[in-house]
Amino acid sequence: MASLVTKKSVLFAKFVKNASNNSKRLSSHFIYFPDNEKPVQGETTKMNMMQAINNAMDITLKNDPTAVLFGEDVGFGGVFRCALGLQEKYGKDRVFNTPLCEQGIAGFGIGLATAGATAIAEIQFADYIFPAFDQLVNEAAKARYRSGGMFPCGALTVRAPSGAVGHGGLYHSQSPEAFFAHAPGLRVVVPRGPIAAKGLLLSCIRERDPCIFLEPKILYRSATEEVPVEDYTLPLGKAQVLREGDAATLIGWGTQVHVLLEVAQMAEEKLGIKCDVIDLQSILPWDEETVCNSVKKTGRCLISHEAPLTSGFGAELAATIQDECFLHLEAPISRVTGWDAPFPHVFEPFYLPDKWRCFHALSQLINY
Amino acid sequence: MSKIIPSTAKLLAANTITKAVPPVSATTSSKYSTKSEAKFEIKPYKLHKLDKGPALSTTLTSEDALKLYEHLAVLRRIETASGNLYKEKIIRGFCHLYSGQEAVAVGMRAAMRDVDSVITAYRCHGWTHLMGVSVLGVLSELTGRRTGCSRGKGGSMHLYGKNFYGGNGIVGAQAPLGAGVAFAHKYRGDGGVTFTLYGDGAANQGQLFEAYNMAKLWDLPCVFVCENNGYGMGTSVDRSSASTDYYSRGDYVPGIWVDGMDVLASREATRYAIEYCTSGKGPLVMEMETYRYSGHSMSDPGTSYRTRDEVQEVRQTRDPITSFKEKIISNELVTPDQLKEIDAKVRKEVDEATKQSKSEPEVGIEELSGDIYYNNLEPYIRGIHPNAPLEHVNVMPRN
Repeated sequence: MASLVTKKSVLFAKFVKNASNNSKRLSSHFIYFPDNEKPVQGETTKMNMMQAINNAMDITLKNDPTAVLFGEDVGFGGVFRCALGLQEKYGKDRVFNTPLCEQGIAGFGIGLATAGATAIAEIQFADYIFPAFDQLVNEAAKARYRSGGMFPCGALTVRAPSGAVGHGGLYHSQSPEAFFAHAPGLRVVVPRGPIAAKGLLLSCIRERDPCIFLEPKILYRSATEEVPVEDYTLPLGKAQVLREGDAATLIGWGTQVHVLLEVAQMAEEKLGIKCDVIDLQSILPWDEETVCNSVKKTGRCLISHEAPLTSGFGAELAATIQDECFLHLEAPISRVTGWDAPFPHVFEPFYLPDKWRCFHALSQLINY
Repeated sequence: MSKIIPSTAKLLAANTITKAVPPVSATTSSKYSTKSEAKFEIKPYKLHKLDKGPALSTTLTSEDALKLYEHLAVLRRIETASGNLYKEKIIRGFCHLYSGQEAVAVGMRAAMRDVDSVITAYRCHGWTHLMGVSVLGVLSELTGRRTGCSRGKGGSMHLYGKNFYGGNGIVGAQAPLGAGVAFAHKYRGDGGVTFTLYGDGAANQGQLFEAYNMAKLWDLPCVFVCENNGYGMGTSVDRSSASTDYYSRGDYVPGIWVDGMDVLASREATRYAIEYCTSGKGPLVMEMETYRYSGHSMSDPGTSYRTRDEVQEVRQTRDPITSFKEKIISNELVTPDQLKEIDAKVRKEVDEATKQSKSEPEVGIEELSGDIYYNNLEPYIRGIHPNAPLEHVNVMPRN
C-alpha cells in the first residue's frame, strides 16, 4: 500500500488516483484497503460486500430451517441485491417481500423472533429505520428484560444499508448508529468490508440478542476481498487493530476505517509517525479494553465518524477514554465527524470527514 | 379571446378559471377548430360510503383542451429531460419519474383553486411545476443549482412552491402532514382543501391510518389521494395489499375510485371532492388508478417485476396523453396543427431550461451551514476542528 503514494504526492495526482481507485466515481472520498488476513483457513472466493452478505444469509437459510428473510423488495434481491437468488433457492415462504411499512416490518420481526424463528429483516435504507424506531427501541431492546428473560427476541437481526454513497442526499446517506447505541438491550454492528461483513452478520444472526446490522452501502460493490467460503463468525463486542503504531490511536467504523487507514499512511510518509488504527466493528457493546489499551500506549486519540458531532458515538468513546486513560493522555481527544447539519445533497464532499480533515486534526493532535 | 373563437366568449365569461393569455397566438383562423366545446363520458366511478359520486359526463371547451394538453405535454417532457440528465450523471442521487401518471396531476390541478394546497411524496417534479414553479426551477433543483426551487439543497425529492408542501422522502410520512395542513385551512376559515397524495405502496404505512382518523375525527377538508400505479417499488399491489380497493380503505372515510389515466375523470372527481370537503363533510379518499412507465427510481430498470409487454400495452392503449389527444382531435375541439404548435413550444421551453440547469452554478459552500435553525444560538456549526468552524448563516429572510 505504501508504494502507491511514494512518488505522486501532489494533490491533483492523489485526487485522480483516489477517483480511479474507486470505481470511477469522482465523489468517492476514500481508498478501499482490503483485508489480507483470513479469519479461517480454507478455500476463498473473491466477493464484494454484497456477495459476502448474500453468502452469510445463504448459509443461514441452508442450515437453520427456522430462518426467514423479509423486507421491501427482497424477493428479487432488494435494491442492493443482497438477497439475490435466495428466494429461488429457499422458496417464497422463507424469503419474501413485505409491504412498505417499516414499523410493521420491525414489529413483525420481533413477533417472529419471539415465537422462535430466526428473523432477518431488511430495512431498505437506514434512513427509513426511523418509523421502526419505536418497535426497535421500546419493544425489541426491552423484550428480554421486561419479561424476566422469558420472551426475548434475540433471534432478530435488522439489516440496513447506511452511510454516505456519493450522491444520496438527505434520506439515503445517514448513519444512525448512535441513536441505537442509546438503547440497552440492542447490539449494533457496522462492518468495514466483505470478510468482516460475513463473519459479523453470521454472529449477529446467531446472537441471542436483537442486532442492528448497519451496512455501509458504498462498500457493497466497491469493496472486494478473498472471502472464506465456509461458515465462520467474528466475535461481537470486539474491535480490531488494523495497523499498529505508537504516536496516536485512530478509531473509526464502516467506511471511515478506510479513510483512517489512508490517514495513518499519510502520517507515516509526511510526519514520520506510526498510528494504531482501530476498527470498532461493534458499536454496542464496544470494546473498551482494546481501545483504552491502545490509547494508554499512544497517549493521543482521534475518533472519526460520518454522523454529526453532537451526541455522535465518538462522544461516548471520548468520555470513557478520558475517564480510563486520563493520566496517559498527551492531548485532548479529537473528533472529526460530519457537521451538525442535515446530510447535504450538493455538499456531500464538504460534509464528510475526509482524509484531509482527519490528517489536519491528527497533525494538530501530534503537535499539541 | 373573443376574436379567436367568438362562440366561446359567452361560455368562458361564466367560467371561474381566469384566462391571462390565450393558449396560442392567432395567426390564421383556418388553423383553429370550429367547435368550441364537446361533451365526454367518464368511466364510472366506484363509490365507498357515498350515495352520489361525481358527474359521469363533462363538457370541455377547446381552450381548456389546449391548456390541459399543454400541461400534460410539459410534464412528460420534464421527466424525459430528467431521465436524460440522470443518465448523463448531471442529476445525482435519487430521481423518481412521473411519466404515465400525468393525467392525475393535470386533471386535479385544473379543478383546484388558488387557495387549495398539495402535499405529495418524492414523485413530485410534475406537481411542482403545476403548482407554479418554472421548468427551470424544477430542473435546476434536480441538478442541484442555485436556480432550483429549494436552492439546489433539496434535490429531486424535495421541491417546494406556494401552497405546495413538498416532495417528501419517507414513504407515507407526508400523510399526517396533509391532515395538519388541512386543519390549518379549517382553522383559518379560508375555504381551502388539502390534497394529500401518496402511492399504493404508502397505503400500507400505519401513519396513513392515523391521519385518516384525525381527519375524520375533526372533519378536516382533506382529500387523501392514492395514486395507485400498480407497484410499490418492485412489488405489485396484489402482492403487497390485502385489499387493493384503496378508495375503500379509509373505512369510515368515504371514497371514490377514479380512472387516473383520464385527465377529465381526474378533473371532475377533484371538482366533486372540493365541493364535498368545503361543505364541511370532512375528508375523502380518492384512488386514482394509473401507471408508471419508468422503474420506481432511476436505479430500478422497472423490468424485473413486470413484463416489457405490459408497459408497452399501457403505452399503446391507455396513455394519458395519447388518449386525450385522440379525444380532442376526433371531437374537433383542436386541430393537429395546434397540438404540434404546443409540442414545439413545450420542447423549446424544456430544452432551454435543461440547458440552463446544467450551466447555473451551485449555491456557495457557506450554505452547507445555512438555515439549519431559525436562530442559531451559537454562531458556529460544530462538526470539525474547533479552529475551522462553519458559521451558521440565515439565507432565507427571517420574519
